[in-house]
Amino acid sequence: MADTQTLRQWLLTETPTSRRHAKLSAIYQGWLSFRSNTMAMIGLVILLLLLFVAIAAPLIAPHDPFAQDLGNRLAPLGTDGHIFGTDSLGRDILSRLIYGARITLYIVALVALIAPIAGLLMGTIAGYVGGWTDTVLMRITDIFLAFPRLVLALAFVAALGAGIENAVLAISLTAWPPYARIARAETLTIRSSDYISAIKLQGAGPLRIITKHIWPLCISSLIVRVTLDMAGIILAAAGLGFLGLGAQPPSPEWGAMISEGRRFILDHWWVATVPGLAIFTVSLAFNLLGDGLRDILDPKASE
Amino acid sequence: MSMLQINGLNVWFGKNQNRVDAVRQAKFTVAKGESFGLVGESGSGKSTVLRAITGLAPNWSGTMDIDGQSLTRTRPKSFFKTVQMVFQDPYASLHPRHSVDQVLGETLYLHGFSDIDARVVKLLDDVGLGQKFRFRYPHQLSGGQRQRVAIARALAPEPRLLLLDEPTSALDVSVQAEILNLLADLRADRGLTYLMVSHDLSVVGHMCDRLAVMNNGEIVEILDVDALRAMKASHPYSQHLLEASL
Repeated sequence: MADTQTLRQWLLTETPTSRRHAKLSAIYQGWLSFRSNTMAMIGLVILLLLLFVAIAAPLIAPHDPFAQDLGNRLAPLGTDGHIFGTDSLGRDILSRLIYGARITLYIVALVALIAPIAGLLMGTIAGYVGGWTDTVLMRITDIFLAFPRLVLALAFVAALGAGIENAVLAISLTAWPPYARIARAETLTIRSSDYISAIKLQGAGPLRIITKHIWPLCISSLIVRVTLDMAGIILAAAGLGFLGLGAQPPSPEWGAMISEGRRFILDHWWVATVPGLAIFTVSLAFNLLGDGLRDILDPKASE
Repeated sequence: MSMLQINGLNVWFGKNQNRVDAVRQAKFTVAKGESFGLVGESGSGKSTVLRAITGLAPNWSGTMDIDGQSLTRTRPKSFFKTVQMVFQDPYASLHPRHSVDQVLGETLYLHGFSDIDARVVKLLDDVGLGQKFRFRYPHQLSGGQRQRVAIARALAPEPRLLLLDEPTSALDVSVQAEILNLLADLRADRGLTYLMVSHDLSVVGHMCDRLAVMNNGEIVEILDVDALRAMKASHPYSQHLLEASL
């Protein structure tokens, strides 16, 4: 026990002895402040659980998610062997939920990788360089913003072909403009500040200024925005699936499950409600996590 | 031999109808090792002169010579090794997400030094900050400590001309004195040339050998500090400024 005590002291020291020590210490203090945020911890635990479920799906799912049993269709909650009941083809809803976690995480991860990074690039370059570059990049952004999101995504999917990857790509293509706007607005306030002038006086070029000085300040607001958008992204994927352009049946995608259950929503409410609750829980977890992350990513707020 | 020679300098912002002439026909010379003050009220164009020298105000005409070399539109890297600037507001001039170590380390890296660790340690000692401040972030420092970091950053490339843009106006009085003494000591140790902008005549009287009085973008008079102390200004505006400072 004495050993861990000294490790803790080493991590919490006021006077780090090396760059690595200072970095580890900052990470540990960030973790401490994150841990003291109960809501953010709840979000993190839910998402870690989701990750675990997605990885271990074949081990924990009680049934094959594709196995149909028409004799036992639309079984209610709590039926023997089917805790969450069965859907219109007699497939076990719990197993489908568990396998669906993989698809949900896949969508979220891909969109979270593509859209904010594209938006960050466009926005910071437009904001920092200014002039003609700004005008051209922002008018392109305006064109994307002028279309209704789902309609534009529909057009993309129709052109690229139906499927979950193309749905993700289409959602990303329609999701980046708001990030570009946020990043540009932040860049405009940052670029005229004294600390940017100061690094210019050290001979730093635009690439270094954008990546090392402007990005770190834009990223926290983008992360918050991304986590808040996650719910919408999951639902947009579901909407595309509903229209037959996203996840294809029999894929156990949560949104597709809802649209399947929609037909029986009055008589067999659980078929649509259970995947709906899953989407709700995961979206909430992302929002809570985003709030907590913002707190630790901003050292001024964690004083 | 002069360190800085400025002749017929005009600086403006905006164009056509929106054009504002911030500095008109400025002319002064700063000798090597001298400390030269620029005084005037807010908006008189004194900070703009510094920004024009460093290239932060891109629209200018006239001639500016640093150590006998004329400045062109773009500043070469060697310029930043000769001329450095300390900004007015220490709360705005340090990146909020960079620790002191990152600020100084990056500056040294950009100027091509290899012994960065040793130099960061030495710079912090030179400006009177101990090693315990090395990994702090700006929000963990007081205003005076931040300004010391900013001074350390300006000293990192070992410049010969230091431009000081009201380096103490954002600080309270006791900290002001500390920073001014630090600047005076550094100048004596390193043989630096200072060009200092201030609206505080007592600060300029303490720090400078000569000063130029600016009003509405023009230099109305260049005085010795002795003449300042004796209140012997010849231009009516400078007389007015001296009286107002009493």
